[in-house]
Amino acid sequence: MSDFQIVVLWSDILVWLLLAAGIGLGLLISRSPPLLAAWRRVGASRPGMASATVLLAFVLVGLLDSLHYRPALESQPGEQTQYAIEVLSVLDALVGPLRTENEKTYSSPLATHLHAKETTEVPGVGTVREFPRLKFGGVHLDDPAQRGGDVAMTALRAVGLAALVWLALAALVAARCGGWAAVWRGRTRFAWNAVLATLGAMLLVLLPVFLLAGDYHVFGTDKVGQDVLYQILKSVRTALIIGLVTTLVMLPLAVVLGIVAGYFRGWVDDLIQYLYTVLNSIPGVLLIAAAVLMMQVVIDTHPEWFATAAERADLRLLALCFILGITSWTGLCRLLRGETLKLRELEYIQAAQAFGVSNWRIILRHILPNLMHIVIIALVMDFSGLVLAEAVLSYVGIGVDPTMTSFGTMINNARMELGREPVVWWSLAAAFSAMFILVLAANLFADAVRDAFDPRAA
Amino acid sequence: MLQVKDLRLGFASGERTLLAVDGISFAIARGETFALLGESGCGKSATAQGLMRLLPTAGRIVGGSVQLDGEELLARSEAEMRAYRGGRMAMIFQEPATSLNPVLTVGRQIGEVLERHRGLRGEAARARMLDLLRQVGIADPERRLDEYPFQLSGGMKQRVMIAIALAGEPELLIADEPTTALDVTVQAQILDLLAQLQAERGMGMLLITHDLGVVARMAHRIGVMYAGELVEVASREEFFTTPRHPYTQALFAALPDMTRRGMALTTIPGQVPSLAAMPAGCRFADRCPLVMPVCREQSPAWREAQPGHAVRCHWQGAQAAPAVVSSVADALPSGQAPLLDVADLKVHFPIRKGILQRTVGHVHAVDGVSLAISPGRTLALVGESGCGKTTVGKALLQLIRPTAGSVRLAGEELTGLSGRDLRAARRQLQMIFQDPFASLNPRLRIGEIIAEGMTALGVGGDAAAAVRALLQQVGLPDDAAERFPHEFSGGQRQRIAIARALAVQPALLVCDEPTSALDVSVQAQILNLLKTLQGELGVAYLFITHNFAVVEYLAHDVAVMYLGRIVERGSADEVLGNPRHPYTQALLSAVPVPRLDGAGERIRLPGETPSPAKPPSGCHFHPRCPQATEVCRERYPDGKTLSDTHVAVCHWVN
Amino acid sequence: MLAYIFRRLLYALPILIGVNLITFALFFIVNTPDDMARMQLGVKRVTPEAIEKWKLDRGYDKPLFVNAAAGGVGTLTDTIFFEKSVRMFVGDFGRADDGRDIAREIKARMWPSLAIALPTFILGLFVTVSLALLLAFFRATALDFWGVVLCVALMSISGLFYIIGGQYLIAKVWKLVPISGFGDGLDAWRFLILPVFIGVVSGIGSSTRWYRTIFLEEVSKDYVRTARAKGLAETVVFFRHILRNAMIPILTGVVVVIPLLFMGSLLTESFFGIPGLGSYTIDAINAQDFAVVRSMVFIGSVLYIVGLILTDISYTLVDPRIRFS
Ligand SMILES: Nc1ncnc2c1ncn2[C@@H]1O[C@H](COP(=O)(O)OP(=O)(O)OP(=O)(O)O)[C@@H](O)[C@H]1O
Ligand code: SF4
Ligand code: SF4
Ligand SMILES: [Mg+2]
Repeated sequence: MSDFQIVVLWSDILVWLLLAAGIGLGLLISRSPPLLAAWRRVGASRPGMASATVLLAFVLVGLLDSLHYRPALESQPGEQTQYAIEVLSVLDALVGPLRTENEKTYSSPLATHLHAKETTEVPGVGTVREFPRLKFGGVHLDDPAQRGGDVAMTALRAVGLAALVWLALAALVAARCGGWAAVWRGRTRFAWNAVLATLGAMLLVLLPVFLLAGDYHVFGTDKVGQDVLYQILKSVRTALIIGLVTTLVMLPLAVVLGIVAGYFRGWVDDLIQYLYTVLNSIPGVLLIAAAVLMMQVVIDTHPEWFATAAERADLRLLALCFILGITSWTGLCRLLRGETLKLRELEYIQAAQAFGVSNWRIILRHILPNLMHIVIIALVMDFSGLVLAEAVLSYVGIGVDPTMTSFGTMINNARMELGREPVVWWSLAAAFSAMFILVLAANLFADAVRDAFDPRAA
Repeated sequence: MLQVKDLRLGFASGERTLLAVDGISFAIARGETFALLGESGCGKSATAQGLMRLLPTAGRIVGGSVQLDGEELLARSEAEMRAYRGGRMAMIFQEPATSLNPVLTVGRQIGEVLERHRGLRGEAARARMLDLLRQVGIADPERRLDEYPFQLSGGMKQRVMIAIALAGEPELLIADEPTTALDVTVQAQILDLLAQLQAERGMGMLLITHDLGVVARMAHRIGVMYAGELVEVASREEFFTTPRHPYTQALFAALPDMTRRGMALTTIPGQVPSLAAMPAGCRFADRCPLVMPVCREQSPAWREAQPGHAVRCHWQGAQAAPAVVSSVADALPSGQAPLLDVADLKVHFPIRKGILQRTVGHVHAVDGVSLAISPGRTLALVGESGCGKTTVGKALLQLIRPTAGSVRLAGEELTGLSGRDLRAARRQLQMIFQDPFASLNPRLRIGEIIAEGMTALGVGGDAAAAVRALLQQVGLPDDAAERFPHEFSGGQRQRIAIARALAVQPALLVCDEPTSALDVSVQAQILNLLKTLQGELGVAYLFITHNFAVVEYLAHDVAVMYLGRIVERGSADEVLGNPRHPYTQALLSAVPVPRLDGAGERIRLPGETPSPAKPPSGCHFHPRCPQATEVCRERYPDGKTLSDTHVAVCHWVN
Repeated sequence: MLAYIFRRLLYALPILIGVNLITFALFFIVNTPDDMARMQLGVKRVTPEAIEKWKLDRGYDKPLFVNAAAGGVGTLTDTIFFEKSVRMFVGDFGRADDGRDIAREIKARMWPSLAIALPTFILGLFVTVSLALLLAFFRATALDFWGVVLCVALMSISGLFYIIGGQYLIAKVWKLVPISGFGDGLDAWRFLILPVFIGVVSGIGSSTRWYRTIFLEEVSKDYVRTARAKGLAETVVFFRHILRNAMIPILTGVVVVIPLLFMGSLLTESFFGIPGLGSYTIDAINAQDFAVVRSMVFIGSVLYIVGLILTDISYTLVDPRIRFS
């Protein structure tokens, strides 16, 4: 009898499949020098590599959050082990206390007391209205007044640690890439200086945050007393899934239909054009809204399909990705169609036709590889848009399941907090900042990729 | 008037500046045409743009001096410089199609200059514009003033460009390949116009070109550029009688023409060095047949060979020893049963309009073409752009399905074939395309490209060995098979394309302008290769081109096309030596000849080729034909047989 | 011209029919009316009678396509498809769950939507095109570089943040304008300033960057070199030559959305309490009022198609190549 039971959610499968596909694609690319050269150019771009470093950190969090299990409940020896109804992930296990140490309600970042006054009975004094101490935040302090010093000390220690770690990493890189000077002057083929600088900045921010997170709620707690930092970490996976799985749905549609329409022309082209004009003519949000509403009906009328709430939320997430994919392939499809129309008139295609090479072979060997750069550019460009869209959709009520943590649900739950007196700003601020960093990194990376792959930009 | 001294221009690339023009000096007097001659990438355009200080964003003026009547231009501020541009010095560009603003009327585009430099507006400006348009030979100028560029033909656009340049009354006109994008007959018109305007106005002209024929026709003095340097400056007479620099001599030797038939052309081995890796000594050293040890160490200094004739070369002799010319085996005699027999081939493209894409008419791209090619011979199909040459080629291969007519290859009818039968036929018939950069898939290795046809057509045997043999045959190293197209130059790519076509051992190769994108020296290599292959393998060629020099050198038979129909055909000697159709005659006399005596009697055609969507009634050529009469307007002429092989389609040939 | 527009309209018809079929399938075939009733009524109140009543109230009790019982023309017309989908073509959208006529509601609510969307659109276009022109004019300088960086940063900020942050800062902290609400007639302007301002700011990042790319594409064309060779000042080159040509691709993206301005913006309207079509849609989504959502989908597509037609027409106005051929 083990201590846990592995749970594999559908989205987990897709996430790991995506990772495998990414690695496979990487291997394939390493065999095709033109693509490899383009990726080398991405690797040499300083903004590109800095943002890739940040993105990698996010991806790491998302991956850790994609290994799910149900812990075993306490049971008597000899009895059948019971597993908790709650589905946890490796990330939950790693951050342990962040998940469990819930306060009663709002508390501001690094606070030792609740945000609102409460009436308590003090023996001998009677009822007083005061800010009660938190159950977990800063309990190790005898006197809340010591908080400033304690935070500063912890932060300082963390900074020192960060410096050490960073120096070790930098020394390793310098040793492998021809010395300090080469790395800093940017004379390495890979933009190591940007990676190291970003790593340094990340260490300087993240290490203090995590060291402090042991004793405090670094970003405060929300209405039900949950740690905001924990919610941010959990939102990352949702954002990544929306951004990545959606493209997975969209890509085959766009690529196949776009190429087929452009290559064969005639009635096939007419049909495909009709299809995407129709889909395109329905304003995106409305189409998504209609589809999501209908999906909700399906889910609500079939409660028997789902064993746990996590499974239901998970399936709803995938359904959302699916809907987003169905509604967003038209742009790329049109682009690829146009490009295929141009390609098919090129002389090397005609040369292949003159040899009687079959149409499908021409598409696979000659057309698809020469559209790859457009597909890759579209992939990275779409990601940030989808992350932003998730927030808006969840806010409107047609996004992910309300029980699933995401940037959108965080913002939605906190929408009224700025109206409170005194203001509760930390949930919103944390959600927006995390989202901003993720999207900015994605946008910068997309720019680097586009510059490296777009033959016109070169 | 214009004095350029030690001008150096570069392009920023990363942190370095690569010098594209490295210290050139020349002068142009009033009323003189100075031609700057050189192959692509040698820095001609950069020089012209540098003079106007109009370099692209990455361009830098590194040093030197440019003086117009003693005033230093490089020291002027940007605002002062604008008073010169379009005023005292004006420029015309290579591509008339893209050099005019598509959304402004002709009138506005000329008017701008009048306003900027002559302060003319309103009625006065309009009168001047009409005057200018008349000077550049545009009929009906009142109407044209209010039209947009897309409503004008290519030649007319270039005339408008010239009118724009003249509007500021320039003292110096810079013309960067002004006729390269135009047809021969139109090129002749524009060159005449430029020469006439220059003589009238006494302008100085800097003419940039790669065409020795244009130089012979226009220039007073000539500067030859190589890899960013001037290597020889001479007067026209000196230049054409005693070229001194080995590079110049090699250029002349590489020219194909009638006198060199049956001989291999002299080629210049290797390639122009790249900007990033310029040799320290003479830049031509790696390709020079006369190279000496000193050449590699020391960059040669200018030497006055004759008064007014300067060379940069260590070698002191006058004329290089004639290179050993090997003759190449010539083709089989004619008179065999034809390999390819095309009868009344037609390709009409529907013109669709409106939302429902109704067919409102047809472009008669190919309108009844008949020709025959015997095994092992070369038929040249000649004509100006848009006359349907390429369409004929593609229709033969069934890449475009013909609308009507028959194509018989070794007795077998190809039209209507499909699937396996067509594939079998395709082994006999292959094509080489014009643009060496678009004809190879950039994502495939050379080996895969060459082997593609073999696999598709099921040519058995050891593919790798076959690829190696083919590479050797077209003169490329073995390791090329593992590399990608972008690693090769234009000429090398064209060799790869030839290898790909030969891989299936065709009996007939359709070559669609295979050398028109290449420099003269590289063109010579490809022509030699084609000729050798014909000798060895006995392939027949359908050689599609607009270049008469190539036709003279290579073709056994010639067919001249105009607006989708063949107007004259016969053996090369008959058609080129004794052209009978007025169009052929005009075409031949319009070609600028790279010789001093080139200026014979010229026939000048008015106008340009009409659109094949609505060809003129009767003889298609009548609106431009100097001999047209009433009957020509009414009835399309029948072919007149002049000899066994020679046919001309004209009422007035007998 | 008229004939052209008419033909264009005819061509739009099949697309509208397609949209109509898709929405019908989505709303009535993916889930049966029974399912919808069951979900809306909630688990507790589901009885067969309640479901029947729910369906009757909305007219969902009829057969989907063929009503054999009705006989005559009724076989085809007395069906959900005819009543709910076909009738949309004549502007009959039926009633919302609260019993109000949807068409009337739409007519009343589109003006507040337009009052916000139109100024946002015009101002936004003006601001972003000017900024893009500025960046393109100073291309490859520090101004351009940091301008682009700023654009990327601006477009990485969630639209929700612009609204929430702007509302908090400008209306709540600085108390410059009312936080939300809408007034009648001229009084409305006080309520419009903030949403319009926020709408403009939130669009700056992506639009400016996009227009800048278009301008830069034009800058590298040959005719620009010709214009410079005439000795024209750089400003003249930009305004007379480049701007005119760049307007053509810019128009494609811009004219399509003009009719859609009537629909308003979901987020802005719901945050600022504007009684427009955007907030109508959001309310309908939250209340799961399928009839309203369906109507909005249909209207949205109609407006989009009108936008396509307008785009074609505007081309003929700015591009002489299309005007004269
Ligand atoms: N924008 C640019 N950036 C970098 N290098 C350039 C640029 N434009 C031209 N060059 C380089 O400068 C050199 C000279 O180019 P230039 O266009 O003057 O040649 P050219 O003799 O006019 O050739 P062509 O006959 O093809 O017109 C070439 O090596 C070319 O690659
Ligand atoms: S200097 Fe030497 S290498 Fe250069 S052209 Fe003269 S002889 Fe040839
Ligand atoms: S038929 Fe008449 S118009 Fe045609 S080429 Fe002969 S002479 Fe000229
Ligand atoms: Mg040039």
